[in-house]
Amino acid sequence: MLEVRHIETFYGNIRALKNVSLSINEGEIVTLIGANGAGKSTTLMSICGVTPPRHGEILFRGEPIQALSAEKIVTLGICQVPEGRHIFPQMSVLENLEMGAYLRHDKAAIKSDIDEVFGRFPILEKRRQQAGGTLSGGEQQMLAISRALLARPALLLLDEPSLGLAPLIIKQIFEIIKKINDESNTTVFLVEQNANQALKIADRGYVMENGAITLEDRAENLLANDQVKKAYLGI
Amino acid sequence: MDFQYLFELLCGGIVKGSIYALIALGYTMVYGIIQLINFAHGEVYMIGAFVAFIVAGVMTLSGYSGLTVLLLAAVVAVIYSAAYGYTLEKIAYRPLRNAPRLSPLISAIGASIFLMNYVQLAQTPDFLPFPELVPEFEFMAPIERYLSSADLVILIVTTLTMAALTVLIKYTRIGKAMRATQQDLVMARLVGINVDRVISATFIIGSVLAAIAGVLIASRTGQINAAIGFVAGIKAFTAAVLGGIGNVPGAVLGGLVLGIAETLGAGYISSAYEDVFAFALLVLILILRPAGLLGKAVKQKV
Repeated sequence: MLEVRHIETFYGNIRALKNVSLSINEGEIVTLIGANGAGKSTTLMSICGVTPPRHGEILFRGEPIQALSAEKIVTLGICQVPEGRHIFPQMSVLENLEMGAYLRHDKAAIKSDIDEVFGRFPILEKRRQQAGGTLSGGEQQMLAISRALLARPALLLLDEPSLGLAPLIIKQIFEIIKKINDESNTTVFLVEQNANQALKIADRGYVMENGAITLEDRAENLLANDQVKKAYLGI
Repeated sequence: MDFQYLFELLCGGIVKGSIYALIALGYTMVYGIIQLINFAHGEVYMIGAFVAFIVAGVMTLSGYSGLTVLLLAAVVAVIYSAAYGYTLEKIAYRPLRNAPRLSPLISAIGASIFLMNYVQLAQTPDFLPFPELVPEFEFMAPIERYLSSADLVILIVTTLTMAALTVLIKYTRIGKAMRATQQDLVMARLVGINVDRVISATFIIGSVLAAIAGVLIASRTGQINAAIGFVAGIKAFTAAVLGGIGNVPGAVLGGLVLGIAETLGAGYISSAYEDVFAFALLVLILILRPAGLLGKAVKQKV
């Protein structure tokens, strides 16, 4: 579904991604783990067209997308929940959800999708008129994921959804991700520092260090890998 | 104390302030989205007044009069200024989108000086008499002391314009996109908003408001020249900062406060120091409330 081939992304003269290649198949959960500053978020932003790569190519369903604008890439069905959730702080919960469906014009379907979100997360319905910035971290994460789903993405990119959340909420968030993947057959690309949890729900995983992919394998193999255990699982 | 006189001044201040507010909205909306003080905004206002002057002149010669002329002159001025605002952003600011913050600011000052001198060359550096387009309404006669017919038109038009702007920002697709872009530019792109288009739209809307203000004030003061944009621009910028730059209701409040402060100062102390009162108020507010009346102090995340 998504093929990233030898991309290199720069911030000014600094090369943040070095020859990164990875692939994601339809229906999978693939995770990208690595330490702070390894280039995980840059990888996602490169896929989304926010920081386009200088070299290499990105194919989505066989078509090159590395030169497309960010909004065009959303139209193709790639949506990102960025790190830190990025809720529109002064917009209500409802408006935040509506922004997720910004490119859609099927009003009735949007409304039923929003009702579905409220069914899944009753707390969001309770806070529907509340400003997004006043929600707790966990609620914001639910809102951010729901907002992305309102675009009906084929490929959902998640950047550190567990960041800054309480352990109990983290568990809940990972359950939600698994459920989204199971129920709506949405392909998920999950970037995480919480390697343990991420590998448990993922099919395959990549390990990133200093802007380059250093390991790739099936998730259960990575969980058992000594190197990964030592560096990321703290075992 | 002479309450009648006070009331007279207050009415004058509100009329003046509502014009400031209309121009200040353009500053504040642009600042809210791209953190740029568009110093050429005053010139867009001046160009609006000039276009209206030309249209009004031609129409008066062809035998039309009064509100029809005003309306048509305003429509043409709005279209013309909107085109200027759009082009200005494309030429002077868009190429500098990712440059350090000082560059677009200098480009803005350059654009302002260029436009002012361009009008001076192409038209004239002298004052031109702007025709009185608002007739004396009979029903205004009893309260004319407080509010002239032209003032009434100004108040009605500014109120309607601001109401329309509120609806636009709150409920329309482009309005929501503007708010989203203002609150989080990266996320706006990630939900599929074409940020370039939103920025263009913001410049167009701001220019439309400025052109309306230009026509209204020209028909009230009765004269225009190429430099009116500079003074009006500085005053409106003051109003925007006063209310809290980037804050839309703040711009309206700032405009009104500024207009009232000016007329009160001029009426009770001396009209020679009108501008001094405006800027003294700005200094005072910036000392006591640096973020402006309605602005929130921004916490810098580290």
